Amino acid sequence: MRRLLAVAVLALAVPGAAAAQQGNTILFANGKSLFAANCLTCHGIDGRGVSGRGPRLTTVGALGADFYLRTGYMPLASPRDQPTRRHSLFSPRKIDSLVAYVASLGKGPAVPKPHPERGSLPVGLRLFTESCAGCHQVVAEGGYVTGARVPPLHDATPVQIAEAVRLGPYLMPRFPKTQISDGELDSIIAYVVHSKHPDDPGGWAIGHIGPVPEGLVAWLLAGAALVGACAVIGRRIES
Amino acid sequence: MRALGRWLVAGIVLLLGRGRRPARVDRGERIVPPGPPSPGAELVVLALFGATAACALAFIVVYAVESIPHQTQFLGLSLGLAFAFLAAALVVVGNRLVVTEELEEGYPPPAHPSEQESLEQLVAESGDRMTRKRLLLLGGGAAGAALGAALVAPALSLGPAFEIAPFFRTPWRRGVRLVDDRGRPLRADEILEETFYTAYPEGADREQLGAPLVVVRLQPAELHLPAGRDGWAPDGIVAYSKICTHAACAVALYRKPTFPDVEPRPALVCPCHYSTFDPARGGKVLFGPAGRPLPQLPLEVRSGGELRAGGNFSGPVGPSWWGVRNRGAR
Repeated sequence: MRRLLAVAVLALAVPGAAAAQQGNTILFANGKSLFAANCLTCHGIDGRGVSGRGPRLTTVGALGADFYLRTGYMPLASPRDQPTRRHSLFSPRKIDSLVAYVASLGKGPAVPKPHPERGSLPVGLRLFTESCAGCHQVVAEGGYVTGARVPPLHDATPVQIAEAVRLGPYLMPRFPKTQISDGELDSIIAYVVHSKHPDDPGGWAIGHIGPVPEGLVAWLLAGAALVGACAVIGRRIES
Repeated sequence: MRALGRWLVAGIVLLLGRGRRPARVDRGERIVPPGPPSPGAELVVLALFGATAACALAFIVVYAVESIPHQTQFLGLSLGLAFAFLAAALVVVGNRLVVTEELEEGYPPPAHPSEQESLEQLVAESGDRMTRKRLLLLGGGAAGAALGAALVAPALSLGPAFEIAPFFRTPWRRGVRLVDDRGRPLRADEILEETFYTAYPEGADREQLGAPLVVVRLQPAELHLPAGRDGWAPDGIVAYSKICTHAACAVALYRKPTFPDVEPRPALVCPCHYSTFDPARGGKVLFGPAGRPLPQLPLEVRSGGELRAGGNFSGPVGPSWWGVRNRGAR
């Protein structure tokens, strides 16, 4: 603790780049203790992984840590659970510390910086339909794949979408740059952001779950109306 | 051929003459009051039956000729009109040609043979007003037959019944290079784990059922391919037909575990009905309606590192139907 204080004092004293570096050291130190308290049982010492409990973290980099922590996927109550989005247990500052620490464990990718404003919506729709909609549904409402629930993407931020595409969390395949370039990724993100508020032509959207369920609902309602009409006609003839 | 024609004519004549019964014995007292014949209404009914048949035949024509613009709309229109004309014909028959009477009480249910007879008389007398009964029956029969033909015609699209050999022909032969959707050859060292690739045969028609492949890389130690497939997966790279063996959707989903210790095994999943195939075990069905494994394509890597087919598929590609298991890919 005293050393930490000393580092902090030093950080205040030295201006410029040196200060930033010292700040990182503090982050790293905080991250290490947070990791020991919250992550070590499953991910092992220095993130080397524990068989049957949790994977190695030496190659996930800042990208992996940032995604899993900011979405609330980690920490997980049981290693067998599917991670789901929830409010993170850690404050943003603590997440910064943990990300800095995990990034230091090995050579991994940095947190991506997507530019959805440069993307094109129609291109994004096409790419999303080709690569993502099979699981995530065409307006990103989520769905199912055998063995897992596919999350909706309402709450995903552009950075998180970029991270998920490169990372492939849980059962999702990852898409390296040879499959989806950074430019294409920008378009996909632009489309996902747009899909949170799709252009509704009006009427009952039924959660945008697609034309087939919409048709089923229409058949169900129309069928009930027809049965009702038949009953009314029958009663009139009877009386 | 001529003999067949004669038999046909003879059959029709017999069929038409069959109903020629002796005139009904007059029982004296009628149950149903007599109604005046109305040849005009009969003509209208015949015309409506004719229109029904014409619309139903139009449906078949529109269905058969694919170059017609707005085909779907015309299909709906012709079938809808056929039913509308049929309904109109039946309405006219009911209102103008069948003798109707208002009854205070319903007919008592027939309990004795004599009542049965009177019921038959009732039915016969109700049709008294029709002067050209057989012609009307013929018209109705024609309308019904045409409508039936129209409803059955789309079944032809279920597939060729006799010429099925092309289904088993695939463009894959030993040495054919795998290319991506832009036509660039796929190299073995570009195929990464935890993701999937779609590949096509170089220089072949991609629309063929047997053309598209899904390619994934697994750990060679994880592979447990069926016997006789040694060397089909160089460096753990496996290729399967991308066409689901259930209903021929594209197998477009790849499920891969982030942490294989506790998560479901890698699987190729069809988004249509969730048929799930195990790429590590020769495309075995893990879940879903598919009845047979995804056909596997043997791969080889020659000097230069490009992926090439090592032969044809392990089984017939595409959706399943009776007898498909008894054949192989050609």
